[in-house]
Amino acid sequence: MANFEYYLKQTLTYQIAEILLGHLKEFFETFGNIAYRFCQVMKYLISLQINRRQVLEQASRFAVDSLPITLSIVSMTAIILSMQISPEMVKQGGKDYIGLLVALTMIREVGVIMSGFAIISMIGSSQASELATMRVTDQIDAMQVLKVSPFQYLFLPRVLAGFIMMPFVVVLSSTLGILAGGLTAMMAAKDVTWLCYFTSVRQGLYIRDINIMLLKSACFGGAISLISSSCGYDAKGGAKGVGIATTKAVVWSFVAIVIIDGIFAVSFYF
Amino acid sequence: MSIKVQNLTKEFDGRKVLDNISFSVEQGEILSIVGFSGSGKSTILKLLCGLLHPDSGVIDIESGDVAMVFQYSALFDSLNVFDNISFALQERKEFKGKYTKEQLKQIVAKSLNTVGLSGIEDKFPHELSGGMQKRVSLARAIVTQPQFILYDEPTAGLDPVASTVIEDYILRLRDETKATSIVVTHQMSTITRCSDRVIMLYDGHIVFRGTPKDLLKQDNPYTKQFVSASIEGPMKIAALDF
Repeated sequence: MANFEYYLKQTLTYQIAEILLGHLKEFFETFGNIAYRFCQVMKYLISLQINRRQVLEQASRFAVDSLPITLSIVSMTAIILSMQISPEMVKQGGKDYIGLLVALTMIREVGVIMSGFAIISMIGSSQASELATMRVTDQIDAMQVLKVSPFQYLFLPRVLAGFIMMPFVVVLSSTLGILAGGLTAMMAAKDVTWLCYFTSVRQGLYIRDINIMLLKSACFGGAISLISSSCGYDAKGGAKGVGIATTKAVVWSFVAIVIIDGIFAVSFYF
Repeated sequence: MSIKVQNLTKEFDGRKVLDNISFSVEQGEILSIVGFSGSGKSTILKLLCGLLHPDSGVIDIESGDVAMVFQYSALFDSLNVFDNISFALQERKEFKGKYTKEQLKQIVAKSLNTVGLSGIEDKFPHELSGGMQKRVSLARAIVTQPQFILYDEPTAGLDPVASTVIEDYILRLRDETKATSIVVTHQMSTITRCSDRVIMLYDGHIVFRGTPKDLLKQDNPYTKQFVSASIEGPMKIAALDF
């Protein structure tokens, strides 16, 4: 019997199954932890135990620190998009639709998702590594011994700051993206004027789309902060643990915002 | 204000770190817990202050605040000394809004003064030496006037003089606050100078109970090996390999 067990463990199928089960277990553990912490955050939010100073500090970090990189990425994407579609649209006789196309793309998808990616790399990774460092240096333990809840002091301000500030960042970056797209369209294709471009933009802007964009970006911001903080909170070991937690936070946040994006697309545009 | 621990058991990944441990500490007493690395000393402190939950057994701590001084101070590195020390008074639900900024300043100054420091309220932890960080950590622990103070290797990483200073403050805090204290340590000077009683852990069990003088008598094979820092003795290398 012992021999059978030994040979079974040597088989490739067993080893693959073991690795897959390990990953599956880790997935459900991480998912469960995030869900539990979301409930804790909601508990403190509903009972209005909000540390305003921390919220302001985190909001400032979330919006101000991330703005240069977010604006750059979104406007660069708009420029590249406009550079490629403008000459083609003019050739096909659709120069009056360039603004509409750029605006729709920015408002519905690119502005939000690219801002999300920028925020994950800039703020999410920073939040994860900060909490992970606090964990491995016993600062979170010290906080608990002092009878201050890390969910109230660390999680809630970050999640709230993400939820509130992300729409602000997305509105700014999308606006800049639309402007940069117009400027590129005029340079890339003849006959495209500011008037022609912005008339077209106005046709493509719907209040419903803007509302959905604001709601989606708020969900992105909250999710990025929650996931990043949660992955950092679970860090183990030393410097290696901080690195693993940060990578995990970035990967989980990327996947989460793509899933949220999909849910929004199916709910509102399908 | 005593601590009573009965039949405490804690397992990590199938390994019993603590196996049916029982001990008590009377009010105002300092108990040292000694043992090699990985013998479960810090686990006891984490169980006592609620950071971990026991698998079985009873921890009976009479009502009162429990404070802990961590091995590497665990000061909040994004906060200055003032905010570190007044953290519990500013953020804990029961204290929130109770003190004005001026009162907090006075409390922090008094607390710093108790550990022989002053005028460093605006400094950040990275601007302080290891010994100073440890003393700020002590000041943070006593600011809520706890009845129980737990020290996790309070002199780890400090030079002998700084260690003596910390040992003096442990004694002074006990005398001033009458707090019940548990000190986890490897350092013989801390054991002999600060402790009223000592227990020694090995392989999840208590293998010695007595006074610091009894520990030095070396009539117990475990304490003999520990005091002489020898690899020969009942404590096996495999168990020490952490």
